[in-house]
Amino acid sequence: MSVVHGIIGSGLPQILLAPEKNPGWSEVREGYERARERLEASEADLLIVYSTMWPSVIGHQIQADPEPEWVHVDELFHDLGSIPYRFDIDSEFAHQLREIAEARGLQARTIAYHGFPIDTGSVVALKLLNPNNRIPAVILSSNVYADRAETVVFGKAVRAAVERAGRKAAVVAVTSLSNRLFTDWIDPADDRIHSLKDDEWNQKLLEFLRAGRLEDTAQLSRQIHRQIRVRKVVNFKPMWWLSAVMGQHNNYTGDVHAYAPVHGTGAAVVTLVPSQAGFGDKEYDEDDVEVYAGDREVLG
Amino acid sequence: MSTGRIVAGALAPHPPHLVYADNPPQNEPTSECGWEMLRWGYERLAKDIAALEPDVLIVLSPHWQTYIGTHFLGVPHFASKSVDPVFPNLFRYHYDLKVDVPLAEAIEERARAAGLVTKMMRNPDFRVDYGTIVSCHLTRPQWDLPIVSISSCRATSYYNVDVMQEQQMALARATREAVVASGRRAVLLASESLSHRHFVTESAVPEDMSNEHITNHHQYLWDMKLVEMLRRGESRRVVDLMPEFTEQAVSESDSGALTWLLAAMDYPDYPAELYAYGSVIGTGNAVMSFIPPEEA
Ligand SMILES: [Fe+2]
Repeated sequence: MSVVHGIIGSGLPQILLAPEKNPGWSEVREGYERARERLEASEADLLIVYSTMWPSVIGHQIQADPEPEWVHVDELFHDLGSIPYRFDIDSEFAHQLREIAEARGLQARTIAYHGFPIDTGSVVALKLLNPNNRIPAVILSSNVYADRAETVVFGKAVRAAVERAGRKAAVVAVTSLSNRLFTDWIDPADDRIHSLKDDEWNQKLLEFLRAGRLEDTAQLSRQIHRQIRVRKVVNFKPMWWLSAVMGQHNNYTGDVHAYAPVHGTGAAVVTLVPSQAGFGDKEYDEDDVEVYAGDREVLG
Repeated sequence: MSTGRIVAGALAPHPPHLVYADNPPQNEPTSECGWEMLRWGYERLAKDIAALEPDVLIVLSPHWQTYIGTHFLGVPHFASKSVDPVFPNLFRYHYDLKVDVPLAEAIEERARAAGLVTKMMRNPDFRVDYGTIVSCHLTRPQWDLPIVSISSCRATSYYNVDVMQEQQMALARATREAVVASGRRAVLLASESLSHRHFVTESAVPEDMSNEHITNHHQYLWDMKLVEMLRRGESRRVVDLMPEFTEQAVSESDSGALTWLLAAMDYPDYPAELYAYGSVIGTGNAVMSFIPPEEA
């Protein structure tokens, strides 16, 4: 009983609302379809979404409203249309996770308020991966000030909570690869990755993931942040979280279902399933951490 | 004078804590007290603004973040509930507001003609951001004026503060010209904190003022430097210092709201009025007005 399935997916609304406008966007949409089929074939009975598009300040927020329902509009791509949603949230698991996160030194809280603005990325991923709410879900925020130690401990807390609850979880990291958008409107037909450098880095990351090298990818996070991320937050965290929650190794079957530009960003859909065959671990520079005791210089 | 003009500007920060502590009927959670110096300062700002009999509030908010250009609300009426994604325990506010769409369109048109990337927001399901709502609520609790709501184009993240400021100066010109052409008496609101390093924990009682202080002395020094310059009418120096201030104070001035305000008011050389300065969950907030001497 643990984390049996992992997914990485972009959360931009074009994929849900307008895939027909560009062949790449529909490729990503079809990638989500394949990821959904794989998820449905797995034994997962819980879906845990970590969204880079839900920033938090007070520690880590955990969506715990049993049936959040709203009509969502993206603050940037509002002209693509509205997204009505209703999700089934496993609020019991959300509360269990909060307790375990706090026991590991993290600030964490559950969120259950009518009208809470669930972020575009979580809405896109849940609607595409779990359209009929077959699997109960929880959604986790990404703390803007958190760095590696805090994020790794949060991933481990989620894994511990899954094990404690005797669940089989699928975990989803909602993130772009390179995240530089074009800063002007484009004809969807002209979409491309913002720069060759972004594209080459994206391809390298996908090569790692295809080989099942998730922990190696996570260890590259600081470099990824410097190379292909617009500096909106302290660091590139989703791979730290995903690798920690999945057990910090390189032994996966990795499938890249899609990779294409969405308004200049690198949008991919990837499935990672734990396997025996694997790439083996390396010796890493950074400490492994079990309990969070604070970071220094996080704004450096 | 019958022509349109900017009758005042205000630095109008938007911690949702201030609305929470105020217990207006629109907000679901209730509090015992909190952040009185800032709230009472805001009351005096509201009184001074009301005395100028404005027709419209124009607000630029860091919590409508757009990475592709500057966006403007373009629907005449919005009514919904705004829940703060970061402090949902404090701010779940039922709003009902009117937008001066013709003025928004006039600013957008001029900004576009000046070379800025722009967009009118026409989706009626759109939720108005909480920064806009908090600043407007505290400046004009009656909600009897239409607003123009302008997004924060995130050029600071994509480029740097200098690029952001160049864009805000162009937006400021567009704003001023459109206001003059409109015949409206407009008040501009720069919805932002000064230093912006939050605590990452919250008291069990969020309004427990025994736990409220600025995050660190360094942030405080920077805030005081800015406030003093504005109180001396040195707004051009403030704009010149903005890149360094934004970085050193981790300031919400990365949004461009203050730059836009000062540029639209043609860099006030008269003293700004400080109504209050205080910290909210560690961030530094000043409530200030810029009222041209001929309006006072
Ligand atoms: Fe803010």
